Amino acid sequence: MEKIFRNLSLASASLVFIILIGIFITLFSASKGAIDEFGLGFITNPNWNKEISLSNPDAQMDINLDMSDDSASDDMMLEDTILFDEDTKKTFTEYGGLVPIVGTLLTTLIALAFALPIAMGIAVFLAEIAPKNISAPISVAIELLAAIPSIIFGMWGLYYFAPIIADLVGGYQVSLLSAGLVLGVMILPFMAAITRDSMNTTPNVLKESAYAMGATKFEVIKDIIFPYSKVGIIGSVILALGRALGETMAVAFLIGSVFTLPSKITDPTISIPVAMANNFGEASGLGESALFYLALILFVISFAIISFAKLYFLRGTK
Amino acid sequence: MRLLINKIVLGLSTLSALIGLGFLAWILITLFIKGLGSFHFSLFLNDLIDGGLRNLIVGQFILAAIAAALGIPLGMIAGIYIQEYGRGKYAEIIRNLSDIMMSAPSIVIGAFVYAIVVVPTGGTSGAAGAIALSIMMLPIVINTTDNMLSLVPKELREAGIALGASKYKVIIDIVIKAAKVGIMTGILLAFARIIGETAPLLFTSETSNYFSLDLSESFPSLTVSIYDLANEPEESSRDLAWAASFILTVLVLAINLTGRFFTRNKGGK
Repeated sequence: MEKIFRNLSLASASLVFIILIGIFITLFSASKGAIDEFGLGFITNPNWNKEISLSNPDAQMDINLDMSDDSASDDMMLEDTILFDEDTKKTFTEYGGLVPIVGTLLTTLIALAFALPIAMGIAVFLAEIAPKNISAPISVAIELLAAIPSIIFGMWGLYYFAPIIADLVGGYQVSLLSAGLVLGVMILPFMAAITRDSMNTTPNVLKESAYAMGATKFEVIKDIIFPYSKVGIIGSVILALGRALGETMAVAFLIGSVFTLPSKITDPTISIPVAMANNFGEASGLGESALFYLALILFVISFAIISFAKLYFLRGTK
Repeated sequence: MRLLINKIVLGLSTLSALIGLGFLAWILITLFIKGLGSFHFSLFLNDLIDGGLRNLIVGQFILAAIAAALGIPLGMIAGIYIQEYGRGKYAEIIRNLSDIMMSAPSIVIGAFVYAIVVVPTGGTSGAAGAIALSIMMLPIVINTTDNMLSLVPKELREAGIALGASKYKVIIDIVIKAAKVGIMTGILLAFARIIGETAPLLFTSETSNYFSLDLSESFPSLTVSIYDLANEPEESSRDLAWAASFILTVLVLAINLTGRFFTRNKGGK
């Protein structure tokens, strides 16, 4: 009995390992078609679902980089590429991942730039400024808000927040900027909560000795708390970043879902999760394979970022 | 001068706290006004095809419940392994991988389940959606169990062993009992998290306009339908989406608060 239970528990624990390896292998094999077809040039190719007439089918790969990037392709027009190739032997549908990759990175960056200062402010406020009977309920409120499903942030963003942003800065309502800002609002509670936890690990003795020396609150925060909890804070921020990278629903409502590179911050574009959410159902053949390729890229990026945060910054914090 | 800087910085920090809370209050108030405005008790009685939400709410609950039925036992046993049996590197690796898996993009998990379940079985199904959610839930449960078991004092285990109980008996009868409240809270929070998930369900369970208990076909999902409804041009669909979001949020927050209530009671003891 002891043996059975022990082995059962070992098997369940190994399940984590198996699932992660399984995700990697599955994504890799499902994107094999696109990887063989486009190689690493996929990452730098701005065209998505673009038909190209070819005089020489063997010259496919050379053409990829020469295409101009103003070729707006409607994401609803995903065609069955295999059928297409059979119908007209001289066309070839091309898929490149540059636009969603850039869109993902930029929305995350905007979200971070927006959320970071506010989250730090909230964390400092909760950890140091507010008296206990104010900070406790606000802490609970912020943790509850971190639990609100992301789709609700998306809906609110589309119907209430984006119009205001568009009025303020001009441009489209659905844009890189509004998607990034709503994403920022979404990760705000999460980021504030874990940053506050890091700050709270500073021993009171350190703070008290600084106050005893006549330091002001700001000086204690700057010279004692930040240096002490720096590593934890950076780790927490990277975790929030990892979460923002993979977020689908809050962004899906707001980014506009067009496969064009944004020339301004107020232009619509697309991110990897949104490209998958909107096109997976209709895709098949090479198009589906290209979406899996995007998923693989996203998975690898977020895996790398989170492991980096875990191993480098959050080691030993349990 | 120092005092001035101090004042300015503290003021800025308080201001940013107000801005942050303002945003969050704005979202909640919007949700309550729009949601309550279109809320009606008949929503619980009709299916989506008749303009109600009954099938979606039931469907979402069933998906999350099946996911929990798969994810909780596996996650708990895995957490027990890491904390109680695992010595050395392997347990440490699993612990880190589970943390990484917890932050894996949910849409990627959806794509994974699409490739291993939906494609071989020939179509979207409730079973696929439940599997995707259980993969989301597994690392959260592992993490909670691991953390809560680590809080149980070593002396309890030693006392059990000294009485001649075998290790698994000690774990099940003593350690788990001692950590019960914490684990339950964690599980409730995990459940609250997966019940609001949309992305992993988009191409696994999809959604359905009809009431269904058949897990081998497209399954009604509240969150996926909110996404569909919110993107429709008609005002009535959007109002329905707001009502659905309101119900979902109330549900999620209620589960969360229940979890916190348990911990609070324990803390006060």
